[in-house]
Amino acid sequence: MKTQIKINGKIRTFEVEPDEYLVDTLRKHHYYSVKKGCDTSSCGVCTVLLDGKPIASCSYLSVKANGHAVTTVEAIEEEATILAKLFGKEGADQCGFCNPGLALTVYAMKKELNNPTDEDIRTYLVGNLCRCSGYVSQHRAIKAYMEVI
Amino acid sequence: MKIKTYTMPTDLEEAYQLLQEKDAGIIAGGAWLKLLPKTLTQGIDLSGLKLDTINETEENYTIGSMVTLRQIETHTSLGTYMDGVLQEAISHIMGVPIRNIATIGGTVAGRFGFSDLLTPLLALKANLVFYKKGQVTLESYLKEALKEKDILLQIIIKKEYGKAHYTTVKKTANDFPILNVSITKIGTHFRVAVGARPSAAVLATKTMAYLNENKTLSDDIIEKAAKIAVEEISFGSNARGSKAYRTQLCKVLVERGIKEVAYENTN
Repeated sequence: MKTQIKINGKIRTFEVEPDEYLVDTLRKHHYYSVKKGCDTSSCGVCTVLLDGKPIASCSYLSVKANGHAVTTVEAIEEEATILAKLFGKEGADQCGFCNPGLALTVYAMKKELNNPTDEDIRTYLVGNLCRCSGYVSQHRAIKAYMEVI
Repeated sequence: MKIKTYTMPTDLEEAYQLLQEKDAGIIAGGAWLKLLPKTLTQGIDLSGLKLDTINETEENYTIGSMVTLRQIETHTSLGTYMDGVLQEAISHIMGVPIRNIATIGGTVAGRFGFSDLLTPLLALKANLVFYKKGQVTLESYLKEALKEKDILLQIIIKKEYGKAHYTTVKKTANDFPILNVSITKIGTHFRVAVGARPSAAVLATKTMAYLNENKTLSDDIIEKAAKIAVEEISFGSNARGSKAYRTQLCKVLVERGIKEVAYENTN
């Protein structure tokens, strides 16, 4: 099936299977920042923004994205760089596998929530797992990022 | 799940006719498709039918079947309705990226045993509107699916004011529940729903009758009500918890839930 998706501002047309998931379509077409992890919506490494909202691309059919805008971490380079520096400063990073998905969810959270509490941040990010950091240093970095204008 | 053909009709009757084909099925948000070991010859996506809005009147909330869980959770009125019981239940469903995909219609129509949402919807006395069948109660739909294939259009919650409670027990934040309980109290009338048994949510009707016939509640009456709940509800075992564990959990959670809604002032 022909599916037209605006990816990072550029309209792309793909031939996809009816039961193909967005993560597979994106990776097939070299958007490798979108990781494939649990494949069951649990880990968040496949997160992309669909019309600005974070979604688990492993559980979203590619055909459903037809006519919509998809954002991967490459399109938010400036914001991701700020977050990456804060991660470095707080020692919140190790293997980096979860970072693209986490950065996109944090970016969406910043746009959606006004002055979130620690609990708000934890609740919003519960779907983005990190097996290295233990979350405490990540939380410090993300909190600092939320205060960056 | 395998899908051989995908269609996104913009006309309800067209969607209904397609659904009547052999092995045709509806695709809502698609969040749980991977869990279903099935092949659809015709996958019918309802995204083109404008079923994705929440309408509020003085009497009701009317929720389109394609409304996402995140839309409900962040809806200023529905999200906070009855002590924010729906918001509380939805906030336990994995993360925001999946709640932006999963729809209320998919959850209800799937009659999923693992659902965090069906339990409070049952306690809130939700009604369902199907294209051909018309209105049915969620309670009856969970007991027995419709005999004919139909399209779920709306979920209606009648506005009533009182207290509501929801609690869930999970092994980890991102897992499905081992058991969940939702209790409402409107005036002096209680509704007690128990889900993830691991089968779909049910009302504890004998427990409700016992509570509702007692004009004044005490700790002893509440304890007895919780005992009635575990006697009348059937539980099972799965990878997340045993029948015995669920039975114990149910008693404790029902007792705590009743106390929470019974002993505090109503709105």
